[in-house]
Amino acid sequence: MSEAALPGRLAEAQALAWREGASERTLRRDGRRWSAWTAWVLLVFTTPGVVLLAIEPLALPAALICFAHAYAVPRIQAARGARAPVPIGSARSAARLDGADPRAERVALGLLGDLVAHDARELVARSGLVVERGRLGAWLLGEQGALLVRPGGRRVFSWCVRIAQPEELPAADRVAHLLLALREDEEGFATVANLQFSGAAWRLRRRLDARSRVALDAARAGMA
Amino acid sequence: MARLVRLDRTGHTTLAEWASGDGAGHEAAVAAFRAELENGMVASLTRPDGTAEVVRELPREAELVVLRRPIAGG
Repeated sequence: MSEAALPGRLAEAQALAWREGASERTLRRDGRRWSAWTAWVLLVFTTPGVVLLAIEPLALPAALICFAHAYAVPRIQAARGARAPVPIGSARSAARLDGADPRAERVALGLLGDLVAHDARELVARSGLVVERGRLGAWLLGEQGALLVRPGGRRVFSWCVRIAQPEELPAADRVAHLLLALREDEEGFATVANLQFSGAAWRLRRRLDARSRVALDAARAGMA
Repeated sequence: MARLVRLDRTGHTTLAEWASGDGAGHEAAVAAFRAELENGMVASLTRPDGTAEVVRELPREAELVVLRRPIAGG
């Protein structure tokens, strides 16, 4: 890390000088862009299908292919966003890897529990995700990414962010890394992370597993 | 009792502990702290209110300082 790291700023974010810093303004802008892009995708695939049907009703199979694309592309985007966080103990969790040390997993979970409040601790046990309230919204942190529920609870951002060298770190330690970085500099954290999805919370919720939905619902309730 | 811990493959390792009046304990903690920073770790001071701050010097009055690895976009 840079010796010249500015106080209060995440050094990892300062190293990305070419990347625009995340802020309330950039999140609002990015959210609008994602909505416009999704609307564009729907328009681009739906219009030809409608035109085909108007010209020749027998072109229904080709029109259905267009409609299927209009349905599938936004769905795939949401699925990608839903995959980002990786809850502790989920199928893709480090705790499930060959060679994972159960004792280390317990120790790491204990420290993570010490770092969060009672309510969040309970939610970790139920969902494998840590909820953390920030200025930009309510964050849900997993091993490899984070969801951000914006104020109002209707829009969700999904980010991929991980430890630079995660080798052999227990699952809860990976989440603890992200939690500490988030607490150190929320905007910097969002700058370092790679945006995977932004859109309506219900779109992402449909693609989450049952445990993650519990956490998303709790975060949305806190932001409503 | 203040603690300096490192997140690692064991879950975490307590590198040093010191009391507020324990000068020698704090000095030993500072040595361990600097060695970890040299190895590229990031030091995060956890405050009682739940916020955190990156520190490059080990505060004598800290309750918990956690050494973590840098993060990156996925």
